[in-house]
Amino acid sequence: MTRSSEGFCEIEHTADWELEVWGPDVEALFNQAALGMFSLLGVRLTAGRRNQRSMALQAPDSETLLVDFLNELLFLADTEGFAPDRMDLTIRGGHLDAVIEGAPIAERSKEIKAATFAGLEIRRGERGFETKVVFDV
Amino acid sequence: MVELADLKPVSEFEWEIPASLRGDMRVPVRIFASRRLLEAVRGETSLEQAVNAATLPGVVGRVVVMPDVHQGYGFPIGGVAATRLPDGVISPGAIGYDINCGVRLLASRVEYDRAQPLLDTLASALDAACPSGVGCRGQVILGKGELERVCREGGAWARERGFATDGDLARTEHGGRIEGADFGRVSRRARDRGQDQVGTLGAGNHFLEVEVVDEIFDREAARAMGLVRGALTLMVHCGSRGFGHQICTDYVTSFQQVVGRYGISLPDRELVCAPLDSPEGQAYLGAMRAAANYAFANRQVLAHFAREAFAGVLGGRVPNAHLQQVYDIAHNMGSIEEHEVNGTRIRVCVHRKGATRAFGPGTEGLPPEYREFGQPVLVPGSMGTASWVLRGTEASMQRSFGSSCHGAGRTMSRRRAKRSIHGASLRKELEAQGIRVRAGSLPGLAEEAPIAYKDVDEVVEAVVGAGIVQKVARLRPVAVVKG
Repeated sequence: MTRSSEGFCEIEHTADWELEVWGPDVEALFNQAALGMFSLLGVRLTAGRRNQRSMALQAPDSETLLVDFLNELLFLADTEGFAPDRMDLTIRGGHLDAVIEGAPIAERSKEIKAATFAGLEIRRGERGFETKVVFDV
Repeated sequence: MVELADLKPVSEFEWEIPASLRGDMRVPVRIFASRRLLEAVRGETSLEQAVNAATLPGVVGRVVVMPDVHQGYGFPIGGVAATRLPDGVISPGAIGYDINCGVRLLASRVEYDRAQPLLDTLASALDAACPSGVGCRGQVILGKGELERVCREGGAWARERGFATDGDLARTEHGGRIEGADFGRVSRRARDRGQDQVGTLGAGNHFLEVEVVDEIFDREAARAMGLVRGALTLMVHCGSRGFGHQICTDYVTSFQQVVGRYGISLPDRELVCAPLDSPEGQAYLGAMRAAANYAFANRQVLAHFAREAFAGVLGGRVPNAHLQQVYDIAHNMGSIEEHEVNGTRIRVCVHRKGATRAFGPGTEGLPPEYREFGQPVLVPGSMGTASWVLRGTEASMQRSFGSSCHGAGRTMSRRRAKRSIHGASLRKELEAQGIRVRAGSLPGLAEEAPIAYKDVDEVVEAVVGAGIVQKVARLRPVAVVKG
């Protein structure tokens, strides 16, 4: 978790993993969801080998965009062994542009099959934007 | 939320949620469970998910729920739903992200007492032979175009590469190869993920286990299956790896828009679907079959290397150091089958998610030696507890679309398991019980602790009590390998 204005925490789910995520704007929400996911994965990055990627995604709604974003990051982790720890996101009208900075994964203790749509809804709440994401383990 | 008071008892182990409970249900829900197991799912959403599954367009007969049920994504784990051809839907979420996650059992005539001094070495050899853990890569290098062949041919590809015998394929569901796989419907992302994962166990709740046949309940069926009391068996539990996960991800996402095109309204986004006779439905069906064949090939390659390790450690030191296949089953699958619904035989797509096919005696597709007894049904317990070999019955064909339970089902969250169970202590406890453990991750081990799961014996008593399976043998673990 980071500052209380944005963050994530793991919540109870019988079979898999679920994160509660919040942020002052939708970009912060997406950022925290990604950081939370990599926290669940137990990722440790290789020191001193930082690099940068860009990503562009389009989806008809925010929830689909979030699922696509998280699954895209899982794909990068699985196929290129890369994980980000810093992301610069712009989300407008169902379009996401991202510059993500990170490094090769030195260690990863868990596997996630996918981010799911289970119960997924991005809401406006006391903490700005809030959601809960369930990951299939 | 569905309350227990909404359930009508049919018998001690069978309950019904009537279709009248909610206006959008097309069929009732039938639950096979004891009252105690039902009460264990109070407060979670699994029964609500079963009711949601009963709204799928084209669903027929009943939605079936097994006693190891727990909440899934849209569709409960431990659920079965059949949709009519040609215009009923196919739903990726009702099959699962790990397409053709399943179990293979091999049996030997090696006596446990004679092999015991060698079991530590065997556990280590199996761990070395079968890549496990997060991000593991396989030993099998696929040449150009070969991934496509794996997906079209499944176990037949493995036989051609020398990883399988004819007997292995005969004792695998669908002969280890489902016709109609369409590699062209598999995304580039899925292909990239699948390229070097053939022959890998993965992580999570996947495992390899050496067991002893502890008790036999049906001597004739056990003999046909090659199960001998006091002898070693080997079980493999894994699926289609990142390849299948990506395929499900791709289609769950793309189907979010497809449902609107066909005027389908659903109570849960993870239940998205397309008519079977639509281009989108056919595309997913073809890709799903590709993943299913990949998983059959994956378990076959793992079994091959496990056999080599078994023979390498035990060969020449104990008699009969040879593993023969009992059966290979899928517990996440969409399968086109013929079943009787309301007195008429029709073709349906049976969605099984965390549920195992359990064809009864005489069913077409069973190998000759099993036709008299029904299909072997393999039910792994949680780590360190018993596993079961059951057989399908005629009652399963009539009441559960030829299906049964798949395992023990979780009761405790991974979060709570990690916090309350110490992985190293758990390993010591298991080893004190005579179970050798080779685990790549101690937190991962803690998440899979027996206390986090239902009692598999209780789950089995429920499906046996309901009459949809019969007991054949109970297996006791002596070594576990997991990532």
